[in-house]
Amino acid sequence: MKNAYLILLLLPLTVFAADADYTLVIKEHRFEPVELSIPAGKKVKLRIENKDATPEEFESYSLNREKVISGYGNATIYVGPLEPGRYPFFGEFNKATAQGVIIVK
Amino acid sequence: MFGTAIIVFREVLEAAIIIGIVSAATRGVPGRMRWLVAGLTVGLVGSVIVAASTDVIASLASGVGQELFNAIVLGIAVLMLAWHNVWMSSHGAELANKARNVGASIREGRSECSILLVVVGLAVLREGSETVLFLYGIAASEGGGAREMLFGGLIGAFAGVAVGCSIYAGLLRIPMRWFFAATGALVLLLAAGMASTAAHFLIQADLIPSLTSPLWDTSSALPENGLPGMLLHSLIGYDARPAGMQVIFYVAVLAVIGLGMKLAGKTRNSIKVIGAI
Repeated sequence: MKNAYLILLLLPLTVFAADADYTLVIKEHRFEPVELSIPAGKKVKLRIENKDATPEEFESYSLNREKVISGYGNATIYVGPLEPGRYPFFGEFNKATAQGVIIVK
Repeated sequence: MFGTAIIVFREVLEAAIIIGIVSAATRGVPGRMRWLVAGLTVGLVGSVIVAASTDVIASLASGVGQELFNAIVLGIAVLMLAWHNVWMSSHGAELANKARNVGASIREGRSECSILLVVVGLAVLREGSETVLFLYGIAASEGGGAREMLFGGLIGAFAGVAVGCSIYAGLLRIPMRWFFAATGALVLLLAAGMASTAAHFLIQADLIPSLTSPLWDTSSALPENGLPGMLLHSLIGYDARPAGMQVIFYVAVLAVIGLGMKLAGKTRNSIKVIGAI
């Protein structure tokens, strides 16, 4: 219960967010698009939609991000500001097929 | 099957290392095994509940509920470990010498036991809920190989628990003279690492600034997905590409708990001096 209050307390902090929006879709354990281009030096709001019934974990070592997305669920992740380059990511729960890369230009 | 084993191993390893260290650190506290088991049970039941409510948690706080949840769980664990270390600095030596009468140590042991319960419970909760989700995904997906993958998961879990047990057994071999100093240092680093991970989640949720990210990149020398990196991550909070803010959290927690331990240790000594007079 205490946790719930703490979460409520922190709610107002999330109001000033949203920079740019990009969307990744997970379908049949694959990311779509496989390559996503985002601008360098900018914080980006990344939305991930899971169209599969099973949960997935978005993970990237180079972006230093990880987040579980439930079946048919959505998730928001903030990345950057980043230097230009290639930042691979994958779905930890279905690593064989769920692979992608964020290209920062 | 192998892939499943590795994923489950990673999740279990982190919780197992935390449990191994705190159960060694509470050595000599009466009734701690019961509390440890209670913590495990609460954590496991909690994992299933958290996994089942992933959607609800995720949708809280405009989509960053999961990060907040993790950060809060880690924050509470850091507070508990801080409390433990400060308490041990003033009572650990007496506990080691068994100089106290049994009644007093049980009374004082009680707060230690609740720390054990909470820390173990939270560690299992955080790592367990992801494992539950992952295994649920396997079980729910159609097609063959599900049983084999669940078997892999079991092997991974077993290997993780084995590492935790060896850390526990290894720590108990440390001579009593250095034992509480050693476990105190490990708990301190554990807490600092958790604080850094909490900062990581808050940055991911865009609730705090990252302040230069990454501050350094040692991923080619010591990758976080290799076994040494994994172990170091769980033990001391190693991050191959930390944000500046994570390092600030790490150092701040290290300093604050370290200071608390020093002050608590001093108080004990001065009480002893007064007693001697």
